[in-house]
Amino acid sequence: MAGGPPKALPSTGPHSLRDMPHPLAGSSSEEAVGGDSTPSPDLLMARSFGDKSTRVEFDLPEYSVRRRYQDFDWLRSKLEESQPTHLIPPLPEKFVVKGVVDRFSEEFVETRRKALDKFLKRITDHPVLSFNEHFNIFLTAKDLNAYKKQGIALLTRMGESVKHVTGGYKLRTRPLEFAAIGDYLDTFALKLGTIDRIAQRIIKEEIEYLVELREYGPVYSTWSALEGELAEPLEGVSACIGNCSTALEELTDDMTEDFLPVLREYILYSDSMKSVLKKRDQVQAEYEAKLEAVALRKEDRPKVPADVEKCQDRMECFNADLKADMERWQNNKRQDFRQLLMGMADKNIQYYEKCLMAWESIIPLLQEKQEAK
Amino acid sequence: MEQAPPDPERQLQPAPLEPLGSPDAGLGAAVGKEAEGAGEESSGVDTVFVVVVVLFTFVQMTHNNFWLKKIEISVSEAEKRTGRNAMNMQETYTAYLIETRSVEHTDGQSVLTDSLWRRYSEFELLRSYLLVYYPHIVVPPLPEKRAEFVWHKLSADNMDPDFVERRRIGLENFLLRIASHPILCRDKIFYLFLTQEGNWKETVNETGFQLKADSRLKALNATFRVKNPDKRFTDLKHYSDELQSVISHLLRVRARVADRLYGVYKVHGNYGRVFSEWSAIEKEMGDGLQSAGHHMDVYASSIDDILEDEEHYADQLKEYLFYAEALRAVCRKHELMQYDLEMAAQDLASKKQQCEELVTGTVRTFSLKGMTTKLFGQETPEQREARIKVLEEQINEGEQQLKSKNLEGREFVKNAWADIERFKEQKNRDLKEALISYAVMQISMCKKGIQVWTNAKECFSKM
Repeated sequence: MAGGPPKALPSTGPHSLRDMPHPLAGSSSEEAVGGDSTPSPDLLMARSFGDKSTRVEFDLPEYSVRRRYQDFDWLRSKLEESQPTHLIPPLPEKFVVKGVVDRFSEEFVETRRKALDKFLKRITDHPVLSFNEHFNIFLTAKDLNAYKKQGIALLTRMGESVKHVTGGYKLRTRPLEFAAIGDYLDTFALKLGTIDRIAQRIIKEEIEYLVELREYGPVYSTWSALEGELAEPLEGVSACIGNCSTALEELTDDMTEDFLPVLREYILYSDSMKSVLKKRDQVQAEYEAKLEAVALRKEDRPKVPADVEKCQDRMECFNADLKADMERWQNNKRQDFRQLLMGMADKNIQYYEKCLMAWESIIPLLQEKQEAK
Repeated sequence: MEQAPPDPERQLQPAPLEPLGSPDAGLGAAVGKEAEGAGEESSGVDTVFVVVVVLFTFVQMTHNNFWLKKIEISVSEAEKRTGRNAMNMQETYTAYLIETRSVEHTDGQSVLTDSLWRRYSEFELLRSYLLVYYPHIVVPPLPEKRAEFVWHKLSADNMDPDFVERRRIGLENFLLRIASHPILCRDKIFYLFLTQEGNWKETVNETGFQLKADSRLKALNATFRVKNPDKRFTDLKHYSDELQSVISHLLRVRARVADRLYGVYKVHGNYGRVFSEWSAIEKEMGDGLQSAGHHMDVYASSIDDILEDEEHYADQLKEYLFYAEALRAVCRKHELMQYDLEMAAQDLASKKQQCEELVTGTVRTFSLKGMTTKLFGQETPEQREARIKVLEEQINEGEQQLKSKNLEGREFVKNAWADIERFKEQKNRDLKEALISYAVMQISMCKKGIQVWTNAKECFSKM
């Protein structure tokens, strides 16, 4: 197994990764609920991956393993532990708050699967995280539980040292760029929250509209039964409204399944990023405090002691990692939102196109001159 | 082509003009036109509506005298007024300007011949009069007196400008329906309604139509007790009941649908604001977000016009909702006449029987005379003869009456059914058109939706 993580990623860095086509293609696909074991209160869903890797650390080119949500949760904690200077992608929500949602329903499972897939892809794309030990094990081990129980903490040098950083150091001045990132994330999360609420409200209104439409259409049918010459036109209108209702239902389902979860994911993402920022502040604070302490002790001057140097090192690495990650994150965020919002526009366009087709098709029916009955 | 029995008092004076077109050309081309002397929007007390439309022409023909007067009628303005009512209390009401033009068929130029103001209650009076004098006609209904089937954004206030405007159109439609009816258009009171501002109310009341009206109680009684109404009328009555019920339901649900649709569109406006705020903290994404937000605003505001157009559709349905009542009125009249006939026949039969008993001396039926005879002694042969004579006279009279009632009844059925057939054709045509225009509205709404979201999508793609 490889030792410590590649430090500043100079040689085995992003460049070489990009040159390889799909160096580590991990994806999660859905599997049916495991029926043999007794169901536990936890979600009993297994996922299997096909992993195609061309990377040296992996023994086989392809792996297929089963994992539960718990396992993803474990992986994420491990990543946070071992790579504290990096931004770890979020997982979909652990607990389903709304009692109405069925945890075993097709829609819920599919939504979760997509989110978990995204999670893995983001790690795969990350030049540092993708080399992580725990990630490797997660993708390859037949029995993950055994590995978990071993409690092998493959802590990196970085991880160990950062872990020992306790609070209590006060930061004097936060560098502008990190302050800006903090502010940005605050506003960003706020705006996303608002968008989430608006989207939910729209879906709610659309569902109420749908309820009324479902009563509206059939009345034309009832009327049609009373009439002679008007019977067909009225029946046509009834069917048309029925088609529009179906199209609307598809729209609301799509928005609920595809749009809302991604928004929420990004809100969680920015929350976890804020805690990484805090840790960075801590590291800087520690360094500054130690530096100050040294400055007061006259005998060590002008030589700077080794541990202060280490602190500085730590801080500079953290800053570099974070900056790189932020840039990467911004790019991905832009792609993701571009795709998300274009998707939303697309769904609405499709809805209107379906309705348009329905109404256009009954015009000839309405204009038809009927033979005298 | 039907004719009402000629009544010099009620028919319009023929004018010497050459014939033009076919008898039921009724609804001709619609041309929008400004009325002469139309007032501008005035601030201040009165709310004046600027003109909308001159709608159409009607053609009158009778078999014998081809006379033709091509006129155009429009209800071109509505004005708020205050006055004193019957109890000398101040009230506010809306008055409507009715303009009548005669059109020279050679050059199509129209000349304003009459122009007067009427309020809603006068329209009601006109209609009540027509109902009494033309019971065999399906009399066009008036637009609703009070706003019903409103969805929340629509005002239920009678003074609300949108309501007044829609009512103006409804009143114009009412007059045009009468003008295009082959029989009603010839009515003198209708003519005077269009031409004689002062004193018209008195003229109507002088006809004594209120006295000629059938009492509601009588009609109700007949409906329950009639034995042999024409089946077609019974079926028609059921149809109109069901039509009324289904259109009411439709209008109620449609109002709720409109309400919900309004909500959906308006909430999208919030996206406009939040995208704008978000764009402020973004670099490359900013422009795309900002312009997409603008399109969301456009989307949200587009619903107002869409729903306003849909109100027109609702009004078309409402007219036929009210027509159902007019149909029922004709059925009621038939039932009343039929019941009357049945009662007369029954009465005649009993008199004949009484007579027969007196002549033959057998008493089979109870009669007061028979009773008193038993109590106070037999009547003399002279007395009996006298009674028989009276009865015979009554029987004669009764037979004449029955004959004429029968004739009347058959005439009524024939004429009424002819008008009902005319009405059915009109209804099918109108409602088909209404459905088509509704579909066209929906298509337009879908196209607008596609446009807006396509624009938004393009903005997102530039993010």
